[in-house]
Amino acid sequence: MLNFLARRLLSGVVLILVITTITYALIYSNAGNAARNILGESATAADVAAKAKDLGLDRPLHEQYLDWLSNAIHGDLGVSWFTNEPVSNLLANRLPVTLSIVIFAVLVTALVSTVLGVTAAVRRGWLDRLLQVVSVIGFSLPNFWVALVLVVLFAVAVPIFPATGYVPVTESLSGWFLALILPVTALVLGGIASAAQQIRGAVIDVLEMDYVRTLRARGLSSTSVLLKHVLRNAAPPALTVLSLQFIALLGGAVVIERVFAIPGMGTLTINSSLQGDVPALMGVVVALVILVVIVNLVIDLANGWINPKARLQ
Amino acid sequence: MTEATTALTNAPLPVAPGRVSITRAVLRNPLGLSALIILTLIILISVVAPFFAPHSPTEVKIDKILAMPSSDYPLGGDGAGRDVFSRLIWAGQNTLLGALIAVSISLVLGSVAGLVAGYFGKVFDTTFSWAANILMALPAMIVLLALYQTLGGSVYSTMAVFGVMLSPGFFRLVRNQVIAVKNELYVDAARVSGLSDARIISRHILRVVRSPIIIQTAIIGGIAIIIQSGLEFLGLGDPATPTWGGMLQDAFSNIYINPAGILWPGLIIAATVASLVLLGNAIRDELGGPRASAARPRAKPRHGHAHARTQGTEALNPGSGNGPLLRVRDLHVGYGSIENPLTVVRGVSFDVTAGEIVGIVGESGSGKTQTAFSILGLLPRGGRVLSGSIKFRGRDITFAPGNEMQKIRGRDLSYIPQEPMSNLDPSFTIGHQLVEPMQAVFKISKAEARKRSLVLLARVGIADPERTFRSYPHEISGGMAQRVLIAGAVSCGPKLLIADEPTTALDVTVQAEVLDLLRDLQREMGMGIVLVTHNFGVVADLCDRVVVMQNGRVVETNDAETLFSAPSDPYTQALLAATLDDSPPRPPLAVTAAGTSKGKL
Repeated sequence: MLNFLARRLLSGVVLILVITTITYALIYSNAGNAARNILGESATAADVAAKAKDLGLDRPLHEQYLDWLSNAIHGDLGVSWFTNEPVSNLLANRLPVTLSIVIFAVLVTALVSTVLGVTAAVRRGWLDRLLQVVSVIGFSLPNFWVALVLVVLFAVAVPIFPATGYVPVTESLSGWFLALILPVTALVLGGIASAAQQIRGAVIDVLEMDYVRTLRARGLSSTSVLLKHVLRNAAPPALTVLSLQFIALLGGAVVIERVFAIPGMGTLTINSSLQGDVPALMGVVVALVILVVIVNLVIDLANGWINPKARLQ
Repeated sequence: MTEATTALTNAPLPVAPGRVSITRAVLRNPLGLSALIILTLIILISVVAPFFAPHSPTEVKIDKILAMPSSDYPLGGDGAGRDVFSRLIWAGQNTLLGALIAVSISLVLGSVAGLVAGYFGKVFDTTFSWAANILMALPAMIVLLALYQTLGGSVYSTMAVFGVMLSPGFFRLVRNQVIAVKNELYVDAARVSGLSDARIISRHILRVVRSPIIIQTAIIGGIAIIIQSGLEFLGLGDPATPTWGGMLQDAFSNIYINPAGILWPGLIIAATVASLVLLGNAIRDELGGPRASAARPRAKPRHGHAHARTQGTEALNPGSGNGPLLRVRDLHVGYGSIENPLTVVRGVSFDVTAGEIVGIVGESGSGKTQTAFSILGLLPRGGRVLSGSIKFRGRDITFAPGNEMQKIRGRDLSYIPQEPMSNLDPSFTIGHQLVEPMQAVFKISKAEARKRSLVLLARVGIADPERTFRSYPHEISGGMAQRVLIAGAVSCGPKLLIADEPTTALDVTVQAEVLDLLRDLQREMGMGIVLVTHNFGVVADLCDRVVVMQNGRVVETNDAETLFSAPSDPYTQALLAATLDDSPPRPPLAVTAAGTSKGKL
């Protein structure tokens, strides 16, 4: 198990290195533009060159990268070119907001899609067909559009929920919850039905296993076989579905934050992207890749705990 | 040989290569056809927008800012006083072009990499698969935002990068299909006959991956449209170019004044994406995608003369006062629709008295396993008893509800499966799988159930019960697993044991031991056993009476001795003649040939 964990950890570190290297090479290779962007169109060529030198952009790319990397390992991700705020501060302020949305959304997705998927696998019939229809609809409607419709319906026409804003959970739990209901609903609606369909498939695969029949032949009720044996064996594929959902929800949250004016990673990414704030963008990418690695690691650990065979591999 | 060929033809084809045209498949499917029509309309209107749209997308009329629909502006005006209807039409080409770029790049890149990785394997496969995993692990939206300025602030080049990020979808699909096809016999044959790699790829592999690729293209196209609209909604791209996402951005900034403004751009995006997905689904349903082929029951009925010969069943039934332990009468089992079921068991009748071992013999597909499952009330999904009756200890259980059957199973009626490994839950220890049913049936404590399990494991001949108790199924051998399953089957003291080919999956040496164990347990516990088998050696070894089945019917019921000495039915005679076990050494070749031809019906 320890060995397994160590190898997973190592491949995660490699992933972080590869992604950050590629991203760095891509976004810093265009650094001339960056200095121009900061100073504006009226700046002279000399000013731009001076600014570029000031930002260290005149040095060879690999030198810049190695510097950035050694600083990053020590937790220093540089300073925003536009606000001069340390990038690590920016991230520390924004990440919890986005994480609270995404984790909330993942929990809702996990709960609802598991219940729907398992029920559809056992009952089939109309629920099955409904899931098929809803998953096509959910796939076809862009989540930011769903968010707009929700705002129009439940914040403008019938003002039940706040249309914009975010309340930290430390400030008011109910305020946080109310503020997140519309964003989370908009985020999860698209993926729930398709996740449910995939979980349904996983459950059906297990239901058709020989050992399910054998356990029932021993006198166990179909409910207890379902809840204990089928769910446990269907869990690994379902967890994979949910980990992919997590990544999709992270991407989705970016746009949703914009609709609800939530000051999270999404807003940071969009603003940095439009301004060309390269250090901030690098920070966003680093934070997200680390997040993805952590999620995959958690899923691997959970699978190892559920499936005794996986512990050996 | 017949077994082999039927198995081949029954195998679900991944796709019917080249046989059914994809166009015809879509036209045949009503949903697919409507999706195709809508999609074609949207594309056509977008392409001919300059001739079709009443206004230029940039034409501004100050008095039409957020105007209500009028004859001039059929869907009203947007925040800058432009015609929403015209902009919707003009925006189509810009949005579709971005999606087209992303789809083309991902299709070409993913398919080529998939072909190379799947066909040549080794370094290619490792490298490409690794790259695909990395790309799939990233939230595309954020990466695209991060790279936007670097890519020159153009939505189209951003969509090109998105195409690269989407390529793992095609890569995995093509790679897996190629690996599957590569190992097919006909590709081997092509290779042996000297075809070049390129020829093999284009002639055999591309044909098979064609329809999955089209399905994937439709889905990726949908994703691309949604992501592109998302980027434009966030304000990326040229504000002068009309796009559906850009229109949503405009509607969003005026959402408090004109909430209905979000409607049309959203609907057109949804309609386009939905028709792409439905088109893909239609192709998958018609050509049989990976999940479309529903699991069919294993039983394959064959046409042929089958004369039920249940004569003697009544006569052979020993007249014990309490009646037989199990009485099956005229049992019919079928699958599929209620009006027109596929009947796999047709009128089976037999009895089992207490302490008796009855063998059910027949070739695969004769309905013997289906008969066994219907007694247990555990027919696979879709299967059901059509008519007839099953009486167990005098009680009719033919149509007993699930919870009634559950009370009988384990305690009175028990089951030993054929394949030991697949019948143990891989996620739980052996001990757990023994303890749990005992607790459920006897309502005893865990400690008590554990104690009994250890005794049982020792009884079925497991050398180290404590260790096996703690083991997971993958840690023990097949023979041990079958002993564990026997221990589980007898753990609650059943009156009737149904054993479905209990030794077929085992080594010959282990087979004899397991049969001995079954006989000993049967004597100790006085159980009745229904032993389903195709092996006359096993029948001769254990059974008191034998039911011979063919095509879902009983052709002969006899006591074991008579059956071997004087089989009455020609089918039984043929089966016996085909059995090599316990037969005298084979005569010279010429005689064998004559003998078998005589043995044929």
